[in-house]
Parts: sequence; C-alpha cells; structure tokens
Amino acid sequence: MTRAFAWIAFALGAIYFFLPLIGTVEFSLRMLRGQYSFEAYRRVLADPRFLDTLGYSVAMAVATIVFGVLLVVPTAFWVRLKMPRIRPLIEFITLLPLVIPAIVIVFGYIRLFNTSSILPLTGSAMGTNVLLMFGYATLALPYMYRAVDTGLRAIDVRTLTEAAQSLGAGWVTILARLILPNVLVAVLSGAFLTFAIVIGEFTMAALLNRPAFGPYMQLLGANRAYEPAALAVIAFAITWACMGLMQLVTRFQKHTRAQR
Amino acid sequence: MTAIAESPAPRVRAARRPSLVWLGVVPFLAFAFLFLLWPTLYIVVAAFRTPQGDWTLANVLGLFQKSILDAYWISIRISLASAALGCLIGLLVAWAVVLGGLPAWLRGPVMTFSGVASNFAGVPLAFAFLATLGRVGLVTILLRDWFGINIYAMGFNILSFWGLTLVYLFFQIPLMILIITPALDGLKREWREAAAILGASGAQYWRLVALPILFPSLLGCFALLFANSFGAVATAFALTGSSLSIVPILLFAQIRGDVLNDPHLGYALAFGMIVVTALANGLYVWLRLRAERWLK
Repeated sequence: MTRAFAWIAFALGAIYFFLPLIGTVEFSLRMLRGQYSFEAYRRVLADPRFLDTLGYSVAMAVATIVFGVLLVVPTAFWVRLKMPRIRPLIEFITLLPLVIPAIVIVFGYIRLFNTSSILPLTGSAMGTNVLLMFGYATLALPYMYRAVDTGLRAIDVRTLTEAAQSLGAGWVTILARLILPNVLVAVLSGAFLTFAIVIGEFTMAALLNRPAFGPYMQLLGANRAYEPAALAVIAFAITWACMGLMQLVTRFQKHTRAQR
Repeated sequence: MTAIAESPAPRVRAARRPSLVWLGVVPFLAFAFLFLLWPTLYIVVAAFRTPQGDWTLANVLGLFQKSILDAYWISIRISLASAALGCLIGLLVAWAVVLGGLPAWLRGPVMTFSGVASNFAGVPLAFAFLATLGRVGLVTILLRDWFGINIYAMGFNILSFWGLTLVYLFFQIPLMILIITPALDGLKREWREAAAILGASGAQYWRLVALPILFPSLLGCFALLFANSFGAVATAFALTGSSLSIVPILLFAQIRGDVLNDPHLGYALAFGMIVVTALANGLYVWLRLRAERWLK
C-alpha cells in the first residue's frame, strides 16, 4: 500500500519532469518541415555570437570561481580556527543573497558604482566585467561558503594547523598545501555549482549590459522559434555536466576515504 | 588568499594583542559590505529620499496605486502557490524515495537529477516549457491530436498565473527534494517503531510524530522557496517578455528604461521586494524559534 503510493508519487514526478525535456528535444528537431533534423543546432552553432557569449560566460564563471575560492577558503578557515564566535554572523551574511533578490543587488550596483561615484566601475567594459564577477561571487556565496565550511568540519583544523606551524609553515603554505587539498572536494563541488549558476545567469548580465550567454539566449528566444529549444537542450546538457562532475568528485572522495 | 597572505603580521602580534585576530576576516567583510550590504542599503535609503535628497515617504506611498499593488499581489500569489505546491510535492517525492520503499538505487539518480533541475532555471527553462506547453508545443499537440483536448481553447495559457506557477515548480520541487531529504534521513526508525508499538497507525505517526519534528525544516524550505520564486526574473521575462506584470519584471523594466517615470519609485519597488522576502524569512525564524522551544 505504502509502496504503491510511493511509486505513484514517483511516477507523477517523473512525468512532470521528463515531459518538458522530451518536448524540448522533439521541438528542437522539428525545424525542417515534415522531418526531424539537427538544423536548429546547426544554426545555433553557426552563429558566431553563440560561441562569443558562451566563451564570455565561461570566462566569467572561471573568474568567479577563482575569486570565490580565494575569498571563502581563508575566511572559513580563519573563522573556524580563531574566531568561532563570529561564525553565526558570517553565516548570516553568506545566506543574505538567498533573501535579497539578485535584481535588487544589481540595481544597487548600477546606482552605486556609476561613472559619477567614488568607485566608477561601470565606466569601462573591464570595470563592469569585474563588477559582474563580484555580483556572481555574491550569488554563489551561500553555496560556496556552505560547501567549504562543511569540508572544514570534516578535518581537524586546529591540530593540522598547529602541526604545520610547529614544522615551520607560514599561513600561505598552510592554506595552499594543507587546507586547500583537504577541502578540495568541497571546493570543487561548490565550483561546479557556481559554474552552473553563472553560465546561464540573465538578470545581472542583462542589466549591466554585458554580452553574456543568458541575455543572448533571451534575445534569441524573443526572435526565433526553433533555435531556443536547441539552446535549452544545450544549456541543460551543460548543467547536467556540472552536476555530474560534482557527483563524480564527491564519489571519488568517498572512494579514497574507504581505502584508508 | 590575500586575507592570509597579509596575516603573518596579525599572527606575530596575536601573541601580545589578540584583538588583531579580526584582521583575518576583513577582506570578507569588506567584500560583503561593498557588494552586498551597501548596495542593498543604498536602495533602501533611496526609497525614502526625494531626488533633491530630502527624507520622504512619498515614494513608498506611491507603491499604493492599483497597477503596482496588482503586480505585488500576483507576484506574492505565484510565489505562495509555487512554494506551497513545491513543498508538498517535493516532500512527497522525497518521502517516496527515502522512506517509501522504492529501490535504493533510485535515490542517487533522483538526487542528481534534482541538483540539475533546481539549477535549470532562467531562460532555458522558459524555452523548454514553451516547446512543451506553448501553442505548438509537444504536449499541447498530442493532447489535441490524441485526446481531442485543446487546452488553449479551455482557457489554459502558459503566460498566466497557473502557467507561470507550473513552470516555477520545475525548479521549486527539486530544490525542496534536495533540502528536505537530510531532514527525512534524520527521522529515526526507532520513533516509528515506538509509535507502532504504542498502537499508532501510519497516519497518526505522521501527524503526531514525524510532521511536528519536520515542522521547522518544512517552514524553512517554504520560506526559501518563496524567496526563490519571488526574486526570479529570467524565467518570467523569457516566457512573457514584459506582458505579465509581476514585480521583478516591473522592476527590470524600470531599471532599464524608467517605465514608471519616477526613478525613486523604482527604489521603493525594490525596497518592497526586500520587505516581502525579509518578512517571509523573519516569519520563518520566529516560527522556528517557537517550534524549537516547543520541541524541547
């Protein structure tokens, strides 16, 4: 009885989630009348703006990940080691991006960092790129911090640090060669999630007028019929790859742990 | 890395003056202040200012006009509906996978898929639903050709309240599955057995034991899902352009081109969004504190 009900719940869920995916794939193949073809994909891939915007978003994602790791790992480490009392405050801050809508944050950026302000980041293309990267780092903060903090919980930070210090290691050495390798799996899973978020992000990139993949998809969607479905399939594949890699590194860690 | 690259100094001095330890978190706090707190505060303050810089309530009072109130109301309704349904269905699916006796190997794929789907929001999600439930979408056509049901003739529209809610559920349900599963794992088998020994039926166990224990988590999920859909811009924008006037879309159009003809009304609009999500989360914190006190 319970099991039958469980199967029904599962089946309904599966139908809801697979129908749109099947529908999208089917629609993306329908471009030529009367037959299935990859014409929509061919057109998407032939569009130079596709590769340009995707390349831009990949570069932004990588920059965001590097910056996020450099910001979050030392902070989470330091808070655990020296300032456990302010952990609630730090955690509260990292959770704020889940509460404050991204559109509000970027609205603040536009007004705060415009050309007539003290920090005129939106004045140049490079400055806007940096600002967008900071914005993405903000969006990724809840996931990144949570992942790294969970990773740190699994190791004995204090003992490891003291052991390294008694062997003469400085802080840079401790972080780069001791802490980072130990939380690498956590960092990687945070990184793949960040990648998945950044690659399709629309609001911030559109409002800061950067040539990212999200606004490009939106523009194509407003003007074409079949290409957007092909883009959706591609975007889904990218998200899937990120999550797959995330699972893979996590499994890899479990494997190495079991061997010990 | 800069945080610690600079921190030999605090370490050396820490022996004598431990108060300098806080230097290690300065980069993080500086970042959070500059790119998270200050921009938000700026919007909040600007919502109470005139263009000349005087304090005023006119901007916030300006929100109380029919078109803007309607936008808030439909946004709140969509967020409530998609959060409530997302919680309910997500809980059911998570329960089915974790406790319902489905084969254990299903769990991994379901979790992975939830991770993918909860991040598959935004523009491509809108495309997927247009290709499925749009006027020439697969399901629309199949229903028409196979069953003779024309959902558009029956009044369904993907660009409507229920249409948007249906689309939002695609990322709300998986998010719920992801965050409620640890809580379901936390339900001990012994509790269920103890309840059964005392003569409780399955329904009684859920009503009197499991749900009260899960209550704080469920509330937290609800608040998170609510904020998640309330702030979502991309999906709705790609789906409807600016034809469905929900608050994030209105704000988006306002930032781009001042459609309200009053820049400071835009600040008030953004301030209103913060108030709504903050209220939802504040309510959650308050209820959770009550629930925890009661659980002890």
